[in-house]
Amino acid sequence: MNDQTATSNSVGETPDVSSNEMLTESVSTVVGPPLWLLAELTYDCPLHCPYCSNPTQLTETKDELTTEQWCQVFTEARDMGAVQLGFSGGEPLLRKDLEVLVKHSRDLGFYTNLITSGIGLTEKRIAKLKVAGLDHIQISFQGADPEVNDAIAGKGNAYKQKFKMAKSVKAQGYPMVLNFVISKQNISQIAEVMRLSCELEADYVELATAQYYGWAYQNRDHLLPTQAELVEAERIVNEFREQQQGKGPHFIFVTPDYYETRPKACMNGWGTTFLTVTPDGSALPCHSAKMLPLTFPNVKEKSIADIWQQDFSFEYFRGDDWMPQPCKGCDEKEKDFGGCRCQAFMMTGDMHKTDPVCSKSEDHHLIQQAIESAIKPSKAIVDRINQSTAMKHAKNAELNIVTVKV
Amino acid sequence: MSTAAVASNKVPVLNAMFRFQWEKAQNCFVLLFPEGMVKLNGGAGEIMQLVDGKKNLQEITDTLNEKFPDAGDLSADVNDFISTAIEKKWLYYE
Repeated sequence: MNDQTATSNSVGETPDVSSNEMLTESVSTVVGPPLWLLAELTYDCPLHCPYCSNPTQLTETKDELTTEQWCQVFTEARDMGAVQLGFSGGEPLLRKDLEVLVKHSRDLGFYTNLITSGIGLTEKRIAKLKVAGLDHIQISFQGADPEVNDAIAGKGNAYKQKFKMAKSVKAQGYPMVLNFVISKQNISQIAEVMRLSCELEADYVELATAQYYGWAYQNRDHLLPTQAELVEAERIVNEFREQQQGKGPHFIFVTPDYYETRPKACMNGWGTTFLTVTPDGSALPCHSAKMLPLTFPNVKEKSIADIWQQDFSFEYFRGDDWMPQPCKGCDEKEKDFGGCRCQAFMMTGDMHKTDPVCSKSEDHHLIQQAIESAIKPSKAIVDRINQSTAMKHAKNAELNIVTVKV
Repeated sequence: MSTAAVASNKVPVLNAMFRFQWEKAQNCFVLLFPEGMVKLNGGAGEIMQLVDGKKNLQEITDTLNEKFPDAGDLSADVNDFISTAIEKKWLYYE
């Protein structure tokens, strides 16, 4: 997706008030409903952000779910008690039926969130989405000025478009969240980012350090800030907050878990709260889980209730029976659930292992190595490519990667 | 929680950021906002149902006292909840 949403960033540092409220209530012995449904409508995107968390092997748009299939997913999930719905991607605006999907889900009682790059938005479409019942729009920014923003996004005039649309979103009366994915490339702009957010009258602002999945994992050396950079950024954020005196946007600063000694409570626990449906209908406990050596169900073949309550893959990491040591005997296992399964898998090759972020993990040195490696990147940065480009580069289809000189 | 008396002619209004609705699966009223949800307890739900941008605090209290005659005077409960809701920016005074 164009940004890492608060849906995914269930990082210890309170992504927002919201999740806290949701999270504290949702865990119980009986499987509660999938309160949060993330609908990744398409992986296609006009931007090329190197921090993108989408899979590096993109599927073709022809496999995408139809309007009717999506509506069925929303109806079934809502019946189970899902209440928050995020339209994400890729760029969800590329779906021409977005208004239909918004209307259907809003009529069902969902709180509807559009998570967009802002590219493809027009004043007219913002108005049409409002009529359809859209509750909130989140726009991603890559930097605080056209130069930095458009270089990271890999698209000219992106900043100008985002700025204009953010103004229009507020003018048309929506609550607006801005999402800045922070990395080495833009962390020095944090003060400017905060001033821009005030100018745009954002309600919430996520200053979210990139998490390293998908394209971002490939590009980690180019993204992961140093500890000193983070300390300085946090100081600036706190200073800015003090000067706000309770006015203006609510800023949420999310630091990367690589500098923590305990892992994040990923997804608030596997299969407890979050359900992601990918463009081709795969149902996942988080939007990165497809990488794991598990077979995930597809909404074309199973109902949401069957998937959530009975599917082997959703059951697999629920509770703590699956845990190895040191998690099994750890008195904090109820707090972080052993951390992120994808991170364990990417770094150690074994999805059952303790998240290497944990200082108790025997693999914790891998995090230390990653931090050191990021000081002097040895590989060139790769830009996320969209599907039309990917098809042109069919020879490279195995990796779907275009190497770009830096 | 603040128990400071609030002028009873003030009219509380729901902040446009929030949506108030009954949530069957949670068996309670909730406030929905970008990517989040606040679950309200029974009393809070009763008060919120009366927040329509027209009724003032006195009218809300009177309506509740009528609806729950055995509960005693509810003005302190109303004041407490509304103060909290204002502090959390769920509501504002017109």
